[in-house]
Amino acid sequence: MNPTDIRNPDYFHRVVDCQWACPAHTPVPEYIRLIAAGRYADAYMVNWRSNVFPGILGRTCDRPCEPACRRGRVEQGNQPTPEPVAICRLKRVAADLKGDVRARMPSRPRRPNGKRVACVGAGPASLTVARDLAPLGYQVSVFDGDPRAGGMIRSQIPRFRLPESVIDEEVGYVLDLGVEFRPGHRIDSLRRFLAQGWDAVFIGSGAPRGRDLDIPGREECAAHIHVGIDWLASVSFGHTTRIDKRVIVLGGGNTAMDCCRTARRIGGEDVKVIVRSGFDDMKASPWEKEDALHEGIPILNNLVPKRFEHRDGKLIGMSFQPVHAIFDDSGRRQLVPSGEPDRYFECDEVLIAVGQENAFPWIEADCGIDFDRHGMPVLDAVTLQSSVPHVLFGGDAAFGPKNIIWAVAHGHEAAVSIDKLLSGEDPRERPAPAVSLVSQKMGIHEWSYDNDIDPDARHKVPWREANEALASIRVEVEIGFDTATAYREAQRCLNCDVQTVFADKLCIECDACADICPMDCLSFVANGDEADLRGRLRAPAHNTAQALYVSAALKTSRVMVKDEDLCLHCGLCAERCPTGAWDMQRFLLDVTHAGPGCRKSPERVAA
Amino acid sequence: MTYLAKPLMHHPSLPRNSLGYTRRDYEGKISTLCAGCGHDSISAAIIQACWELAIEPHRVAKLSGIGCSSKTPDYLLGNSHGFNSVHGRMPSVATGANLANRDLIYLGISGDGDSASIGFGQFSHLMRRGVNMTYVVENNGVYGLTKGQFSATADSGSKSKYGGVNRDAPIDLASIAFQLGATYIARGFSGDKEQLVPLIMGALTHPGAALLDVVSPCVAFNNHLGSTKSYDYVREHNEALNRLDFITGRAPIEARYAPGETHEVDLHDGSRLRLVKLDAAYDPTDRVAAQRHLLARQRSGEVVTGLLFLDPEPEDLHRHLNTVATPLFALGEDELCPGAEALARINARLR
Repeated sequence: MNPTDIRNPDYFHRVVDCQWACPAHTPVPEYIRLIAAGRYADAYMVNWRSNVFPGILGRTCDRPCEPACRRGRVEQGNQPTPEPVAICRLKRVAADLKGDVRARMPSRPRRPNGKRVACVGAGPASLTVARDLAPLGYQVSVFDGDPRAGGMIRSQIPRFRLPESVIDEEVGYVLDLGVEFRPGHRIDSLRRFLAQGWDAVFIGSGAPRGRDLDIPGREECAAHIHVGIDWLASVSFGHTTRIDKRVIVLGGGNTAMDCCRTARRIGGEDVKVIVRSGFDDMKASPWEKEDALHEGIPILNNLVPKRFEHRDGKLIGMSFQPVHAIFDDSGRRQLVPSGEPDRYFECDEVLIAVGQENAFPWIEADCGIDFDRHGMPVLDAVTLQSSVPHVLFGGDAAFGPKNIIWAVAHGHEAAVSIDKLLSGEDPRERPAPAVSLVSQKMGIHEWSYDNDIDPDARHKVPWREANEALASIRVEVEIGFDTATAYREAQRCLNCDVQTVFADKLCIECDACADICPMDCLSFVANGDEADLRGRLRAPAHNTAQALYVSAALKTSRVMVKDEDLCLHCGLCAERCPTGAWDMQRFLLDVTHAGPGCRKSPERVAA
Repeated sequence: MTYLAKPLMHHPSLPRNSLGYTRRDYEGKISTLCAGCGHDSISAAIIQACWELAIEPHRVAKLSGIGCSSKTPDYLLGNSHGFNSVHGRMPSVATGANLANRDLIYLGISGDGDSASIGFGQFSHLMRRGVNMTYVVENNGVYGLTKGQFSATADSGSKSKYGGVNRDAPIDLASIAFQLGATYIARGFSGDKEQLVPLIMGALTHPGAALLDVVSPCVAFNNHLGSTKSYDYVREHNEALNRLDFITGRAPIEARYAPGETHEVDLHDGSRLRLVKLDAAYDPTDRVAAQRHLLARQRSGEVVTGLLFLDPEPEDLHRHLNTVATPLFALGEDELCPGAEALARINARLR
C-alpha cells in the first residue's frame, strides 16, 4: 500500500466515527470532554454551532453517531453487551446544565446587507438557514402555516419526549437573531411568492402528508380512523385531548411509537402496535421500540391489515393476515401469507402511521422547478439548488423523510449556497473544512486529555416511574443524567479525535508501541496490498470500513501499519515511543458555514 | 514508561491457548523502564512464548538479581512465582530453588552487569552444574541504572554516549557457556521477535541449563553512533546462523521462513525444533566446531544470532546428584530421615 496521506482532512475525520457519521459533523468528543470538565455552556455552544438544536436533538435525535461509535466495537469481547457512548443523552446534559447562554449568542448585525431571503416552513432546516444567514446581515423571513415556529419538532414529537419549553428556547435563539417569523402564513402559490422578488427562497416545508391505508371499511369508519402525523399535530396543538380505550396503531416507524405512547396517555388503556414486518425489520429506532414496550404497549409483528370491521357505522375491530418475510436474490423483501387463519383484534380507534410523503400542490408547473417521476424536486446534491438557481430545498422537502439532524445539515449547506450565490460566487466551489492537528503532549507522560480508559458499561438514563409518566402527556419520561452519571458516561468516550500521528523518519523500530498496544492495532510488517496486509497484522483487520494507516518504508524496509478499527486512543504507543515518532494530536474539523469563511473574497484571504 | 495501567480491554479476536488463556493473561504490571527499552520487547517475547507453549503460570518461578533487566520479571507472568534476589546472586537462589522443587519451570532474568560483573562467578557455577533453567541475559553493554558506564560485555573499541572508548576485552557469556557445558545456547536480538520467540520456547522446554544472550539496546545510554549494541548497529551486523520453528505436538507445522536446508531436532517432550539453516557450514550440535565458528565470525565484527548450540541429550544438576524424581520439598520426614537401620546399611557399604 502507498503511505497514508494524513493531510487529506477526510482521513482523520473518518477516524472520529461519531463526527463522520453525524450529518452536521458535530465534533462529538470535543464537547464530551467539555461535559466531563463541567464546562456545560461551552459544550452547549460547540453543539449549537454545529447542530443548532442541542436540547431538542439531545432528546430526539436519530443518533447516527451511536451505531458508528468506536466504543460499541471495542467492547465486543470485553463487555457482556457492547454499547456505544450515550452521545445523544450527553448532549442533553449540556443543554440541561448550561445555564444562561444568551450572552454567547451571535449579536444581530449592525446593518443589514440588503438581501432578502425567504424560508418556507419553520422547521429545523429553515431555522438553520435563518440562524446561519441572519447574523451575516441577511434579512430572513420564515413563513409557516402553524401558529408557532418549530415545524415537525413542535407538531409531531410528543411533549413527554420533548418539553415545549425546550422548543421555545432553542427556536427563540434563532428568531432572536432578527429573523422575521410570519406565523399562520401558509404559502399556497410559489409563483405568486416568487413574484415578491426574494433574493433567495429556501423551501423547508417537510414531508407533510401521512400515508393513508386504502382497505375495506376505511370510508365507513372514517370518524374513528386517524392519520398518525395529523393526529399527533392535533394533540400537540391541543385540538385533540382524548382517545377511546382500545386503540390499534398501524405501522412500525418512530411515528407509530409516538402515536401509541401518546394514545396511552390520553385515554388509551388497551393500546397495541400492529406491524407488517418482523420486530427486527421495523423502521423505528431500537430505543423507541424499547420505550414503547417499557410502557406496556405490545408490538405484534408479521400482520398485514386486511379490513376495518364495523357495525352500525361504528368501528369494532380490524382483521389481519399473518405473513412471513422472504428475501429474493437481490435482498428485496416480500411478505407472503403464512397460511395461518386471519387474526381479529377489537378496537375503538385506529391510528395509521405507515409512512409520510412529500407534497407540493402549491408549486405550480410553470414555476420552472423540475420534479422527478416520484414527485421530488430535482436538486444539485451539493448546493441543494433546484432548477431555479435561487430556489433551494432542504430537510424532508429535499430528499424525502429523514430526520432533524439531516435537516440541520441541509440548512447549513443551503445557507452556504445562498451566501455564495448572493455574493456573486459559484455555489459549487466550496472550500474544504478547516482542520487543525495539535499535539496534546504536556509533559513526559502527561497529555491534555484523559487517556486512562474507563472500563464502565454504558450508564442507563433514568426514567420516571411508569405510572407517573403515563399520567400526563406533558410529563417528560426520561429524566436525564445527573452530573455524576454524566461524568462517568463522558469518561467512556475514547477521545477518537485525539489522533495517533506517526512520523516514520523518527522510528527506530524498537517494537515498544506494538508491545504495549492493548488492542494489537500496530504491526511492523513487510508491505503488501491492502487485502494481503489486513490478513497478516498482529490482529486480523477484518473491518474494511475502517482504514489502515500505513507509513512509508522504515529502515528495515518494513512499514508500520495501524488498523484504526479498535484503537482506544489511550496514547500508550506515544508514551512508550523513545523518539517521539508517535504523537497524540487533537484533530479539530470545522465545517465551513455561511459567512466570509466560505467565500473567496479578500476578507477570507486576510483572515 | 507510563503512569497508566495498560487497559484490560483487548482485541475481540485475541486467540486462546489450550488452557483457555489469552496472551494478555500472561502479562504482568506495567513496565517502568525507559520508553523504547529493548528489555520490554524481551518481556513481550517471553509472554508470547509462554502463551504459545500453554505453560500454566503457577508452574513458573521467575528469578532475578538487580538492575534494569532484573526489574522485568515484574512486568510479565503476573500469576507466577517470583524472587527478586541480591545483586548477582540470582544463580544461587535458582540453584537452591531447583534443588528443592525440580518440578517448576525456572526462568532467570539477568543483565550484563548482574551476570558478567558482580555475578560472574555465580553465573559460571550455575552453568557448569547444569541447573535446569532458562537463563536470559538482557545484554545492553552498559550500566543503565547508573547512567551508562561500560559493562563487562561492552565490545572493545565501542564508544560511550559521552565519547569515551572502551579498551577492555569483552566477556562473551555465550562463549563462556560453551566452555562451562551449558546444553542450550542461543543469542537473540530484542528487535527481532520472530527469531527470539522460538528461541525462548526452545530454552523453556530444554531440560538442562539454557543460556539466552539477548542483545537489548539501551535507548537512554547505548543507542548512539559508535555503540555496538544499538538498534542500527545490530541490524547492520546481525549474522543469523539459522531460523527456528518450535513445533509443539498439537500446533500445525507452519514454516515461518523462506525454505532452505532444514535440520530437525526431536525433544524429550515430543515437540520438535526445526532449524532453517542460513549458514550451511554451521552445525549447532557439534560443540567444538560450533565454538570455533562462533569465534571466527565474532572476530570479524558480526553479531552472531540464532541457536548456537544444542545438546539433544542434556544432563542436569539432579542427574549429576542422582536425586529422586520426587521434588525434595515433597518428601516426608520418613523419607528424609530413614532411621538408624538405613544409616547402618550405608555405613556398611562404605566399609
